[in-house]
Amino acid sequence: MAEIFWGVIWPVIVLAAATVAIVVPLLLAVAYLTYAERKIIAAMQLRQGPMFVGPYGLLQPIADGLKLFFKETVVPTRANKGVFVLAPMITFILALIGWAVIPFGDGLVLADINVGVLYLFAVSSLGVYGIVMAGWASNSRYAFLGALRSSAQMVSYEISMGLIIINVLMTAGSLNLSEIVRAQAEHGWYALWHFPMFMIFLVSIIAETNRLPFDLPEDEASLVTGYNVEYSSMTFALFFLGEYANMILMSAIATILFLGGWLPPLEMAPFTWIPGPVWFFLKVAAVLFVYIWARATLPRYRYDQLMRLGWKVFLPLSLAWIVLTSAVLVFLDLAP
Amino acid sequence: MTAALFVFYLLAFVTVAAAVMVIAARNPVHAVLFLILAFFNSAGLLILVGAELVGMLLIVVYVGAVAVLFLFVVMMLDINFVQLREGFLQYLPVGALVGLVLLVELIMVLGTRVVPTTAAAMPRAAPEGVTNAEALGRLLYTDYFYLFQAAGVVLLVAIVGAITLTLRHRPDARRQDIAAQVRRRPQDTLEVRKVRPRSGI
Amino acid sequence: MPTLDRIARTVLWQELVKGFALTFRYMFRPKVTLNYPYEKGPLSPRFRGEHALRRYPNGEERCIACKLCEAICPAQAITIEAERRADGSRRTTRYDIDMTKCIYCGFCEEACPVDAIVEGPNMEFAAETREELFYTKEKLLENGERWEAEIAARLEMDAPYR
Repeated sequence: MAEIFWGVIWPVIVLAAATVAIVVPLLLAVAYLTYAERKIIAAMQLRQGPMFVGPYGLLQPIADGLKLFFKETVVPTRANKGVFVLAPMITFILALIGWAVIPFGDGLVLADINVGVLYLFAVSSLGVYGIVMAGWASNSRYAFLGALRSSAQMVSYEISMGLIIINVLMTAGSLNLSEIVRAQAEHGWYALWHFPMFMIFLVSIIAETNRLPFDLPEDEASLVTGYNVEYSSMTFALFFLGEYANMILMSAIATILFLGGWLPPLEMAPFTWIPGPVWFFLKVAAVLFVYIWARATLPRYRYDQLMRLGWKVFLPLSLAWIVLTSAVLVFLDLAP
Repeated sequence: MTAALFVFYLLAFVTVAAAVMVIAARNPVHAVLFLILAFFNSAGLLILVGAELVGMLLIVVYVGAVAVLFLFVVMMLDINFVQLREGFLQYLPVGALVGLVLLVELIMVLGTRVVPTTAAAMPRAAPEGVTNAEALGRLLYTDYFYLFQAAGVVLLVAIVGAITLTLRHRPDARRQDIAAQVRRRPQDTLEVRKVRPRSGI
Repeated sequence: MPTLDRIARTVLWQELVKGFALTFRYMFRPKVTLNYPYEKGPLSPRFRGEHALRRYPNGEERCIACKLCEAICPAQAITIEAERRADGSRRTTRYDIDMTKCIYCGFCEEACPVDAIVEGPNMEFAAETREELFYTKEKLLENGERWEAEIAARLEMDAPYR
């Protein structure tokens, strides 16, 4: 009996506890990311943002969540019901499972697998399904157009993202996320070595998560709100949470690949006093700030411009950078 | 071990069931979604035997890119099911014959293959101490280097072919020249002139 | 050289950097929001808000039921009925304003020969039902009492321009 307990049940309990320890703070972070977004954009537009629910409006995201929770879920008559309900769940679950391989600190990771980068890339490439299924199942023109736009956009930007990641993998010599961060302790942050790629990666993750200025799948002006027009209450909330959780996940990926994960910026006294997870959190927050900053600054792209940028600018650039990187690594005999 | 066995049977069962649903589903979009489920579970099986890299690649390439395009196309189809079922009986003999031939061939292939029964004879995921990616890379870039490059060339030819088939030069179409737009400065196009009242330019 | 300059500007994302710098600077500027229910902007003495019927300092109501306001009201929101009172003066028995019809044009105020009907500074009189917005004479006189000090001050401030 004791054998079964220590062999099977105990690991399951530990795993469940670790999952909860990741998911609950993540959902809180999502809630307060919406708050931060509203506050920062408000500040950039000389407004105040939410002010009334709680001190400085700090309870606003909770109030919004409760409001959505108590609303009625409306399923359109001619919708494909199974797929319609499945779509938001897929979006939300995919936004969560990526966190399994993210190292928050040295050794602080739920599943330290060898193909961590590929796992994250797979999860992010699956993200398109929630949107496409939602658009198709809603049986609405706007939703359908949003889904089509989104599938084309996400597939396009995944390619340049993949090529950029290859640069990092070649330099680090591993597919394991923790190993990549450790390699940066040796080499210095890859944001310095691969600076142009880092900038392109930032733009690509904005496009990959359908955020402004690339939010064409949910363009209010031309598609009402795109793929989620027909969704209400919790089904909508799941899309919303999924989108923001994806933003945080992408920022975490950018942090790990380019900004040295949990490493302090300099290996010096005042910086090393702060523990690794705090540095990780700060860096993710900085990337998220860029997301919001871009939203407050830039107007929305036109769809053909978006496609041109992805295929005719980013793809050749990242491909050329791969050639350059591998040439430098081979000829200077730096390859790991 | 029992846990692994349980996971194996779960994944295998879902894979087969999803594969059956791919051909049984009435709605083509549902069929594609079941196909994706089948891909997903096969990736799970691959990871279970330790071929994690191949499993992930299956998801990234097939589920993440190929199936998206499938879904993209199938979603836009406007299928009339009554029309689709017309002549079903007429084509049945031919279809059955093709199916039968395939089945016999499969049986012949599987029949000649020796199924390993001992653990030592099972295919190994990777040599000890070497990651999946490394093991695969060593094979691809040494023994199978030419085949690997040839595969790349085939894909390149496919890309070029697809582009030449669809590319049309339309001389009357007005295209946006972004570089020219960015290059434009106010002083190139704007001229400020003093206009005296009642004189015009 | 201008070509090189241009290329450098494009490659270094000069325009993007300028735009981002601008929004970043604005983030630290003082906010222009008026926190409305707690902070309010200034109102002109000519602001046309909720109606009120005024009285003379001795307590007698000003309105003489001349019905000029009723006649000029473009939305026909005012209904007046008049009768001779016991002391022989002409007064209204009914003075209703349908606030859901009123367009707050201020013509009634302009038409009134005795400054009886005025539009006061109050604009926070939203109600939950339509019935609450059908103002009667009692309600209007009560408004007049409540806002008299401000209404008188506003009329005085505006007097030089009339």
